[in-house]
Amino acid sequence: MKFFEDIQVGDVFDVGSHTFTAENIKAFATRFDPQRFHVDEAEAASSYFGALCASGWHTAVAWMRLMVDHRRGLEEAARSRGEPVASIGPALGFRGLKWLKPVYVSDTIAYKTEVVETRRSKSRPYVGLVSLRTTGVNQNGEAVVTFVSTTFVERREKA
Amino acid sequence: MPKLHWEDFQPGAVATYGPRLVTREEIVAFAAEFDPQPMHLDEAAASVTMLGGLGASGWHICCLLMRMIADGFVLDSSSMGAPGIDEVRWLKPLRPGTNIRIRTTVLESRPSGSRPEMGLVKFSYEVLDEAGNCLATMASTSMFGRRQSGARA
Repeated sequence: MKFFEDIQVGDVFDVGSHTFTAENIKAFATRFDPQRFHVDEAEAASSYFGALCASGWHTAVAWMRLMVDHRRGLEEAARSRGEPVASIGPALGFRGLKWLKPVYVSDTIAYKTEVVETRRSKSRPYVGLVSLRTTGVNQNGEAVVTFVSTTFVERREKA
Repeated sequence: MPKLHWEDFQPGAVATYGPRLVTREEIVAFAAEFDPQPMHLDEAAASVTMLGGLGASGWHICCLLMRMIADGFVLDSSSMGAPGIDEVRWLKPLRPGTNIRIRTTVLESRPSGSRPEMGLVKFSYEVLDEAGNCLATMASTSMFGRRQSGARA
């Protein structure tokens, strides 16, 4: 990925999409979020959600995997051109995460990530902070998840 | 019938869950599947990053928190899920071999304006290590079924 100085507010990354299956919804939820509407079709049918739906954490974590893979592709392309590759991370956290609609079996969520803020670190002159607004949209064009995460990005100029 | 309903979460209430040992194997397994960045996968690669050594993915910390509160109280409640998360801060690395605990505080409780059978509870969560250092914080609101519907109460 690019260095801090090369990143502009408004830059957009189409990071890819993930299809949620009954199998991967239940496998994730069994490990991390075993609420009845995430692990059992019959229980989910009688719940507020009406059918088996993915843990909200699963819908966020799916983005992380896609983003890491997307970034790796960009890094490999840069290396093949002989360009230096900036170090990214760790992230400081996220805010304003909203689960706007349930993600049901067979939904495919496409994630788009946009740079919404860049600022230099006061305490660490070799990095900057980049805030990203990520939104996941289902196959019907409905936003299902959105959040703003902030991460460290290496600066080209270390002074 | 679940044991805990909206009425059972009173502002100011504090509870602690855990300890839960987080192993190197599970840190690496989570990262390999969901967040395959070198700082979560490999000690040597992690040592030259700002994490300063192998540490769990921040998303892994969130997932561990979720599982610990699920076992701690959510599965025994009338939980109706959550509309989102106000904020998560990853403050310190979660290293392999750490025993974590989760401390929850009820910040606020209010009935739903639109659904008389539901109430909302705002929590703050802290992920603590053995020494009491706070590794991460989270603030979020959860939805619970009411023992007595607001329409009748």
